Amino acid sequence: MRGPLDADGGAVQLEQTWADPSGLIGWFEHVDHKSLGRRYLITAFGFFLIGGVLAALMRLQLSRPDNTFIGPDLYNQIFSTHGTTMMFLFAVPVMQGLGIYFVPLMVGARSIAFPRLVAFSYWMFLFGGIFLFVSFLLNAGPDVGWFSYPPLSEALYTPTKRADVWAQLITFTEVASLAVAVAIITTVLKLRTPGMTLNRLPIFVWAQVVTSFMVLFAMPAVMLASTELILDRLVGTHFFDVEHAGDALVWQHLFWFFGHPEVYIIFIPGTGIVSTIITTFSRRHIFGYLPVILSLVATAFMGFGLWVHHMFATGLPQLGESFFTAASIMIAIPTGTQIFCWIATMWSGRIAVKTPMLWILGFFAIFILGGLTGVMLAAVPLNIQVHDTFFVVAHFHYVLIGGAVFPLFGAFYYWYPKITGRMLSERVGAWVFALLFTGFNLTFFPMHVLGLHGMPRRVYTYAASMGWDSLNLLASLGALLMACGVLTFVVDAVRALSAGAVAADNPWGAGTLEWATTSPPPNSNFPRSPTAAGREPLWDNPPDQPVVVGLRSDARDVLVTHVLDAEPDHRLVFPEPSIWPFLTAIATTGLFIWSIFTPWGVVYGAGPVFVTMVGWFWPKSPDEGGSQPWPIAHRTLPRPSEAPAAGGAI
Amino acid sequence: MSEPRTLDVSSLPPGAFGSRTVTFWGTLGIVVIESTVFVLAISSYFYYVTRSPSWPPHGLAAPLLRWGTINTLILLASLAPNELARRAGERVDLRSVRIWMVVCLLFAVGFNVVRVLEFMHLNVWWDHDAYGSIVWILLGLHTVHIVTDFLDSAVLTALMFVGPIEEHRFVDVEENAVYWYFVVVAWLPIYGVIYWAPRLT
Repeated sequence: MRGPLDADGGAVQLEQTWADPSGLIGWFEHVDHKSLGRRYLITAFGFFLIGGVLAALMRLQLSRPDNTFIGPDLYNQIFSTHGTTMMFLFAVPVMQGLGIYFVPLMVGARSIAFPRLVAFSYWMFLFGGIFLFVSFLLNAGPDVGWFSYPPLSEALYTPTKRADVWAQLITFTEVASLAVAVAIITTVLKLRTPGMTLNRLPIFVWAQVVTSFMVLFAMPAVMLASTELILDRLVGTHFFDVEHAGDALVWQHLFWFFGHPEVYIIFIPGTGIVSTIITTFSRRHIFGYLPVILSLVATAFMGFGLWVHHMFATGLPQLGESFFTAASIMIAIPTGTQIFCWIATMWSGRIAVKTPMLWILGFFAIFILGGLTGVMLAAVPLNIQVHDTFFVVAHFHYVLIGGAVFPLFGAFYYWYPKITGRMLSERVGAWVFALLFTGFNLTFFPMHVLGLHGMPRRVYTYAASMGWDSLNLLASLGALLMACGVLTFVVDAVRALSAGAVAADNPWGAGTLEWATTSPPPNSNFPRSPTAAGREPLWDNPPDQPVVVGLRSDARDVLVTHVLDAEPDHRLVFPEPSIWPFLTAIATTGLFIWSIFTPWGVVYGAGPVFVTMVGWFWPKSPDEGGSQPWPIAHRTLPRPSEAPAAGGAI
Repeated sequence: MSEPRTLDVSSLPPGAFGSRTVTFWGTLGIVVIESTVFVLAISSYFYYVTRSPSWPPHGLAAPLLRWGTINTLILLASLAPNELARRAGERVDLRSVRIWMVVCLLFAVGFNVVRVLEFMHLNVWWDHDAYGSIVWILLGLHTVHIVTDFLDSAVLTALMFVGPIEEHRFVDVEENAVYWYFVVVAWLPIYGVIYWAPRLT
């Protein structure tokens, strides 16, 4: 056979095989999903901080009536860039970052599928963010809302490049998140460790894979829409131009066909985190695994049938409005099912209230309030009454911060020890939670009232005679508390990197496979991959549960398994680190930015993209990482129809 | 604690063909994404139809059937060499792979050239009105696919002549063929919409 096949004799070699290169150039070549996941998480969190600063500026401006601190033009750029940042550069990528890091570990794999594609995706995400903020600093930040409605965003009314910057930012981030979605789906379908049937897949992984499928169907809508917007602005097409038989409502349909599922793309990973943390800290398997999974899938399907409730004010036929009202109310059912399963899990378990669990309890309070106002907004009369008021701002911040950011902070506290090998401070964590929970409610609860009193969204100031000042001041003070909370978290997270208590392999006593390896995990994830005999393998596996041996240690050899039952099928040597994904991202960035200025940018810019992609695809050696070329005189690889070579051992 | 049992996978084959592979599922993901784009573009086409008293609007002539239909036939005919290349790949038959991939490329040159004639005979420019815009983007989206499919097939073909050859390259040949199928099949509804919707509405 080729090379030593058993990792037992080659533990050191295995680590070297899976190591990313060091040095400055090596830094751009990383393909380890843990490195890429960390980068995704840190970068997305950085964008979250920038988006937070923009929010703080808005709260400062609105803290008193007739304020002249920020003018209307800059204010438009600030709220548009804030929304765009939080949706496209923070919420989606940060959840995908968690997926990139933890999905392979939780399914017992050595790598994520298509690691170079994920590397490319990271660079596109990063360059997209830089492009947005450089544009903002050059006074070219988007200023027509995070939804860029035409006709306002058309060339006639936005002659500057601001709307183009928005549209191309969309292209950057959608390319990135589509690539990650494909990688996560493939990892889950083909790289699960033996024994981990779909029926034993951790709920967090289910949430990631359901979200990834939503990404596949939702993101193309906004890519098509933003491309059509650029074409309208750049080469004179008339997709949204009513004067030439176009229709601005086509934009709204396409945008919200993406935009509503987007909410669930952000929220479903959040529920996956909630299920994971509740299971661990209730010390029992989740109550109702099957209903929880079915709820995730049902939410994903229904999420595509609600988009028109963002368009109730456009004068749609009444039958359509009734249908979408019903659908918008119905989606509360699967979410309610999950909430009852979580309550039942906690009720019948032995709850340990550690910091991750605090955030989940906070999630319950905030998210349920946001869900309730969501059901209210599904009713057309109320919806039209409070349309474009601060009531809506309050609602979606309760949903998004409650449904995603609170679970996310829970996830930070839960998985920080695994990623860094250190524990975050429990005491400081309680303070961070208290500051954010109090600050959040102080900021956003008054907005419900302000909205009911008629204060519109997206206004840079208001007159003293409106009587809105004290509630606005309260909201601004709440924002200050939130800022203090986030700052405390950042300081503690940086401090704990070197000064935190050293984390054990499984500090929370959890049951999923990421805790079966060291903290932080070695380059190969598992020296010998564990297999699964239950949904919480570390709780369910018998003492003599088999481990996988026989993968090469001199090449990035991974085990590929069958889609449904994860029976071993074949081995595959995965790609080595490479500079080409980075270079391809540079070339693609050039094309995207060029195309804002001239349509020929697409034509000329395609050349470097093609060259770098060929460089990426072209094999460097007969068998990357291997020893000699394989004989091709006769076939050795199995065909699709042939039975698996091994399996059924678990 | 006793040494755990082991599951030795060293005897498993170092790769596979078809839906067993990792790449197959990645390709399927791309197919889903791009199909969604096509479906949404076609949906917006019919949205514009409902907004216009006549179709094509303002007495415009429908696109010339000739080149679109000829191209449909060329695309369908290319399925034959494509399938032969796929089977040759699965047999790990280098000679046949080279022959049929070159034949595929000739077909690709053919339908890319005829595509230019299609654009010239749409009987409307993209900046005329929304009808022109949606027709051009439908044809344009598909053109992006036949151009990129031509380019990546060309790179793979070149590799089969000059590059280091190993059995995994033959898996690539097979997967390239799967994507080719998608590009051809995706054309049929677009052809129907561009060329027949104006004649039947």
